[in-house]
Amino acid sequence: MIDRHPWLDALAHAVLIAGVLIVAFPVYVAVIASTHGPNDFMSGLVPLLPGSDAIANYRSMLTDGLSSSGAPPLGGMLWNSLVMALSIAFGKIAISILSAYAIVYFRFPFRAVAFWMIFVTLMLPVEVRIVPTFKVVADLGLLDSYAGLTIPLIASATATFLFRQFFLTVPEELMEAARIDGAGPLKFFRDILLPLSRTNIAALFVILFIYGWNQYLWPMMITTTSSHYTIVMGIKRMSDVADALPQWNVVMTTVVLALLPPVIVVVGMQRLFVKGLIETEK
Amino acid sequence: MSAIEITGVSKVYAGGVRAVSDVSLSIADGEFIVLVGPSGCGKSTLLRMIAGLETITSGTVAIGNRVVNEIDPAARNIAMVFQNYALYPHMSVYDNLAYGLRNRGVPKTDIDARVAEAARMLEIEPFLTRKPKQLSGGQRQRVAMGRAIVRKPDAFLFDEPLSNLDAKLRVSMRGEIRQLQRRLGVTSVYVTHDQLEAMTLADRIVVLNGGRIEQVGRPLDVYHNPASTFVASFIGSPAMNLAEAEVTGGAVAIGGQVVASGVSGVKDGQVIVGLRAEDIQPAAPGTGVPFAVRYIEELGALRLVHGSVEGRHLTMALSPDLPLADEMKVVVAADRLHFFEDGSGRRMTR
Repeated sequence: MIDRHPWLDALAHAVLIAGVLIVAFPVYVAVIASTHGPNDFMSGLVPLLPGSDAIANYRSMLTDGLSSSGAPPLGGMLWNSLVMALSIAFGKIAISILSAYAIVYFRFPFRAVAFWMIFVTLMLPVEVRIVPTFKVVADLGLLDSYAGLTIPLIASATATFLFRQFFLTVPEELMEAARIDGAGPLKFFRDILLPLSRTNIAALFVILFIYGWNQYLWPMMITTTSSHYTIVMGIKRMSDVADALPQWNVVMTTVVLALLPPVIVVVGMQRLFVKGLIETEK
Repeated sequence: MSAIEITGVSKVYAGGVRAVSDVSLSIADGEFIVLVGPSGCGKSTLLRMIAGLETITSGTVAIGNRVVNEIDPAARNIAMVFQNYALYPHMSVYDNLAYGLRNRGVPKTDIDARVAEAARMLEIEPFLTRKPKQLSGGQRQRVAMGRAIVRKPDAFLFDEPLSNLDAKLRVSMRGEIRQLQRRLGVTSVYVTHDQLEAMTLADRIVVLNGGRIEQVGRPLDVYHNPASTFVASFIGSPAMNLAEAEVTGGAVAIGGQVVASGVSGVKDGQVIVGLRAEDIQPAAPGTGVPFAVRYIEELGALRLVHGSVEGRHLTMALSPDLPLADEMKVVVAADRLHFFEDGSGRRMTR
């Protein structure tokens, strides 16, 4: 055991506080910047105290958007991001829990092949296979649609692996007891396995929601009309204006709004999230 | 309630490992059978084949005159109690008991009544709303038993149900299982590696070794007439003393030292002689065989004295009030000796 000394405690706290400050300061700057008018940034100095334009900034971004940099109102983009993040999270969880169930509990021909094919997708993230994936999505006529935004990102193995590892820790006797109790494969899945996976599903949901929400490259590639833009793309478009100064106040307003849904998801599911990562309920 | 008929059953795993070889066994209606043997002897495999959790390579298993080889576990109308209880962790005790009944479409009022009855019998009524996690090991064991009882099965199958309990609880649960089985009169097959559990629970013991049946019999028959050196060394604590011996004209010699004479019905030659620890006792002054004491184990009511006769290790069980010495003279009860063939280890008829 480590001895407890007051000065060690103090040191530990100092390190932790320093860490929090380093992480929190940029967020603070973003929040403060979103409360200033457009001219407060011309001086080159970043303001550190709240300004008076918060309400105006947020109202204009939510209702009108920033037409000069081709950004539609944020409401639509937030909605698109939400649809994308939720579809990816639910789609991945549904597909991966079913495939993990098949791989762990059923003996079928080419089971090992199926397993290794899933495994291989782990090594091929979207960025690597972006050109062929784009071609496939284009040929299927899915460009500029929600389906095109989400389906290529749903196919991946990480979640399958997590569920597989979890299923392997579920005692085999549980399945045998269920068989003797007259539960078929689907009933066992629904009545036993799914409830036991509850915390894992919650943890994965949080991770996948943020993964989907933060997607940037893929939505950029396949969306061409502003009605399908996501919020993360919007930030980039606004800060990347040609022949003008970026309007940092509204960019930061957008950033703060884009930050909120993941924060809400994390805070709301924190209890289950932590449980899912550290505890197995058996 | 049904008889179980096992005929020529074998189990060969995909890798060619032979877990059970040509086992035949008739279990009468209401009988309590204990399968006992060391780990890897095939006892659990045999039980799981009766349950339907393991396919049968050859032979047949019939429960109540119906061959069940191809019948799903749920349709065999058996109930199984697992070593780690296998309770559904996310369900309350009530739901754990009711789950199997619900799957069979038993009416709700009927389920309530059956669960209540089983809970009363096992004294788990206060816990019905709790989760298994909130129960102690003994209580979980009761719930697992309850899940078996509510099914009103043709047979109970127990797979080392007491191994996860502490020693004291094991003894009391053992008694309860016995009483419960007597009261319900349900045919039971119980797997254990603990010979004491086998002795105390069974109507008949089945000793398995290497996938084959070594002996079937009532506990005391198996104890007093072990069919082989394997059974002799497995059943009874302390294990039966086994030593190579030479028989010449009714005199039994261990390492050249004659320990008993006047033994009839045993042919001259090399044998394995078996003698229970309680059948070796100190000799009257001036008689007996020298016995070099090595160490002593105090059991309270008994004292186990480990030592040797002519270098062959033997254990005797003495009353604690008998005096001890480093070098003792002992006498063995000639009429209680067991003789086994040298080599095969089979019991020799006398």
